[in-house]
Amino acid sequence: MSDSDYEHDDEDKDNDDDEPDYLSDPDDEFFDQVEPVLKPPPGLMAKEPRGPMGYLDFKFTCIGPDELMSRMHDIVKQVNAIFELPPCTTRILLSHFNWDKERLLERFYDGNQEKLFKDAHIVNPFRQARVPVGNSTILSVDVICDICLMETSHKQLEGLECHHLFCIDCWRNYMRTRIEDSGNALAIPCPHGKCDILVNENIVYRVMQPFPDVIRRFQYLSAQTFVQQHKLMKWCPSPGCTFAVEANSTRGVPVMCNCGYRFCFSCSSPAHEPVSCKYFQLWVKKCEDDSETAHWIHANTKQCPKCKATIEKSGGCNHMVCRNVNCKADFCWVCLGPWEPHGSSWYNCNRYNNSNAKVARDGQAQHRQALERYLFYYNRYVNHMKSLKFEDKLYAQIEVKMRDMQKLGLAWIETQFLKQAVDSLCHCRNTLMYTYVFAFFLTKNNHSILFEDNQRDLEMATETLSEYLERDINSDSISDTKVKVQDKSTYCERRRQVLLDYVYEGYESDIWEFNMM
Amino acid sequence: MAGGLPKRILRETEKLLSEPVPGIDARPDENNARYFHVIVNGPKDTPFESGKFKMELFLPEDYPMTPPKLRFITKIYHPNIDQLGRICLDTLKDKWTPALTIRTVLLTVQGLLSAPNPDDPLANDVAAAWKANETKAIATARQWTRIYAQV
Repeated sequence: MSDSDYEHDDEDKDNDDDEPDYLSDPDDEFFDQVEPVLKPPPGLMAKEPRGPMGYLDFKFTCIGPDELMSRMHDIVKQVNAIFELPPCTTRILLSHFNWDKERLLERFYDGNQEKLFKDAHIVNPFRQARVPVGNSTILSVDVICDICLMETSHKQLEGLECHHLFCIDCWRNYMRTRIEDSGNALAIPCPHGKCDILVNENIVYRVMQPFPDVIRRFQYLSAQTFVQQHKLMKWCPSPGCTFAVEANSTRGVPVMCNCGYRFCFSCSSPAHEPVSCKYFQLWVKKCEDDSETAHWIHANTKQCPKCKATIEKSGGCNHMVCRNVNCKADFCWVCLGPWEPHGSSWYNCNRYNNSNAKVARDGQAQHRQALERYLFYYNRYVNHMKSLKFEDKLYAQIEVKMRDMQKLGLAWIETQFLKQAVDSLCHCRNTLMYTYVFAFFLTKNNHSILFEDNQRDLEMATETLSEYLERDINSDSISDTKVKVQDKSTYCERRRQVLLDYVYEGYESDIWEFNMM
Repeated sequence: MAGGLPKRILRETEKLLSEPVPGIDARPDENNARYFHVIVNGPKDTPFESGKFKMELFLPEDYPMTPPKLRFITKIYHPNIDQLGRICLDTLKDKWTPALTIRTVLLTVQGLLSAPNPDDPLANDVAAAWKANETKAIATARQWTRIYAQV
């Protein structure tokens, strides 16, 4: 497929109707594969802002800290409508099953209930006498608390359903220590040494009533644990953000928190569509690793053919004398063969076919190629990353321009298109950045060529939009600018959507072949 | 708890002195009632037999809500005890509950001497040696007991 197929409509005719035309060009050799892929369902185009890409049935919502508690209580209530157990017991059961209602229900009705309660560290609620523990009136004589060894009136004793009773002061000290130090408020055992029954929220609220700070911390930890345990919930990883995101699947799809941060729902890394979590992590590791240093050494240095010391050419002469005092080999930098047969031809080597020298040369060429390939993708990846950072500055400039426009009589709402265009620009840059990671691992085939064409379209459109926003706004009249910018940013968003749809459809129909590198 | 010693510590100390754990001598420091000098006799039929192992035990401010701090002073060749005498024992960490006492902790330590657990090591090199060649490791432990654990 030649370049000219794609260049015709990018600059001047980027309105909506033109765009798919070249893709349905019947002469195009990839027409058959492309056609179903590049026409996204009509509903998707209308959605604004665009939701998670590719997986149309993926849905998510953002949950604030207060809502979180009520979400937790809702789940407890739903289950309790069936179980009719004390809510605090149900909550421990749910927590034991990582808030997977179905699994709990299954175990509750199918399995051995006695064992279920034992595994969840609670006393079988059907067997315990329904006597409120705290106020039992068995005896009125003083007893000794097993923790502080002080005599205590029976009224002051507290305990769980396991009936290990301790005085209220010891309970308070115990819970304060545990709640303040522990990361999991739902896993505090009974203080009795040989009992693993878990402390429930009722006793915490009852005993710690005079200490609202501890109760607040307990609630905070409960919410924390709830989100960590719940498979379909994730904390927003943005620093200081208190929102959680709930989705209907654990797939690696980007989600956007109410705070504006976009992250991958599966691995909580910054949104890295279209590359999958696995290859994203591999890429990150590759970039962090020293492995590329090794590549550089291989590509830019050679090894002494005798002692294997790493050497770098520092002068023009091809006659190498190894500096390793134990080696001192004479060899030729060009062919890596021994120097002797070169005689007096100091600067040129025509002895190409020496077999040892050839192996050495081929190995080096391979390393050099791998490095070049990596650097090709890495440079483009980093370039978009850097541009993305500069867009922060652009936001500030745009802000000024929007104010200027408002002084010229435009309404605030009429100037918003500029900010939206920068949003689009950032989205596109983010996507482009990760398309290079995707492409790095991709094995070349017809699909990958199509992907690269889509990528190039988006890249060209994005760069044009970027140029408009940075330079061209002042030159035209406001209404012209508006049309131009809006058209371009709509086009960019659409190209981005097309690219992502293509990648995700490819994931589902399994057309991508990856190379782990 | 400013000044006075909690009743729990007083009671435990009294009990330790009046009914000592067999094979363990634990007495509080003259100047600090929260610091205990402990001597554990190596259990019979173990490489630590006939050794007398000095330990120190300290009850932190929030004892018994937090566990006592315990350390071997005498050098000992044991997969769960490191060079500094620190002990890998779950009851001294996350399995601690306030219903446990100095007595129960010391009993557990005695138990650890009887049954070293190289699968959950603190001193990695000792544990590795223990797993590679138990007979040799036991011989080393016996030798260390003879050299270092004689009071």
